[in-house]
Amino acid sequence: MAIGLLGKKIGMTRVYDANGKATPVTVIAAEANALIQVKTEEKHGYSAVQVGYDAQKESRLTKPVLGQFKKAGVEPKKLIREIRLPDGQTVPAEVDLSVSQFEAGQFVDVIGRSKGKGFQGVMKRHHFAGQPAAHGSKMHRRNGAIGNRSTPGRVWKNMGMPGHMGDERVTVQNLRIVQVRPEDNVILVCGAVPGANGSYVVVRPAKKKTVNGQAAK
Amino acid sequence: MEIIRKIESEQMKTDIVPFKVGDTVKVHTRVIEGDKERIQLFSGIVIGRRGTGLNSFFTVRRISYGEGVERVFPLHSPRIAKIEVERQGDVRRAKLNYLRDRKGKQAMAVKEKSI
Repeated sequence: MAIGLLGKKIGMTRVYDANGKATPVTVIAAEANALIQVKTEEKHGYSAVQVGYDAQKESRLTKPVLGQFKKAGVEPKKLIREIRLPDGQTVPAEVDLSVSQFEAGQFVDVIGRSKGKGFQGVMKRHHFAGQPAAHGSKMHRRNGAIGNRSTPGRVWKNMGMPGHMGDERVTVQNLRIVQVRPEDNVILVCGAVPGANGSYVVVRPAKKKTVNGQAAK
Repeated sequence: MEIIRKIESEQMKTDIVPFKVGDTVKVHTRVIEGDKERIQLFSGIVIGRRGTGLNSFFTVRRISYGEGVERVFPLHSPRIAKIEVERQGDVRRAKLNYLRDRKGKQAMAVKEKSI
């Protein structure tokens, strides 16, 4: 059973199937995922695995963090993430954290950090329509009115306004795995994945969609 | 990036005949109808090529029943069975979009390459 893994977004390309249909794919490299800790229902209240990815120099880590790796008996890693298992499921004795835990055709969720866009206006950030560009209009890309009158006498919550955009945690659900390449430690998922090339991603089995149409339990 | 190059080179064809913009080509495409497969031909002038490696495409233009028809083919698609060069053209442009504005006989007029 697939648990999930940490990886790096390498980039995108296309894959032709036997019928000549081209599929856009994102290449995710996930070599040498290390198991750092297993969390169990009895001891921690929930079951999960703590996974490390991407080799790190010992000198770049603090002693407490280094101690975690020493205790688990694994090489120091740059990224540590916890992958939680569905409720009621326990961590198997043998945890497979290689790419071969997944198979082609399976659906996964990919979590990454989106590209930072800086301070952006409402047209880009919230897809507002903007105002007329010409005919004497001097209000081109502004947000327009943000509220009503004395009722409610305040601005509604979640009103779209300019501000920082991007550089946030984004989950893309239900991406199909097109290929698993254990010899290269790489998986190919259909479609785009958040973040820049070289950024870290978490790949986990899809929460909502599986091959036979039933949610993963 | 190495791995992307590897994935792409695995899918790339090695037996593609070299052809250039201006050439008249016959493109043999595999058409799947139900469970049967047959070859369909599309012949015309290559009016442009774009992309590199696996992402290479080429555009073929022909006049069909008096109407200009263009098709864009992915060079490395498995649906393309074969490309035949019928006639080599002699052109000075990378894109022959000017053929789109031409009418009648001139519409397919590309000088033949003299060897």
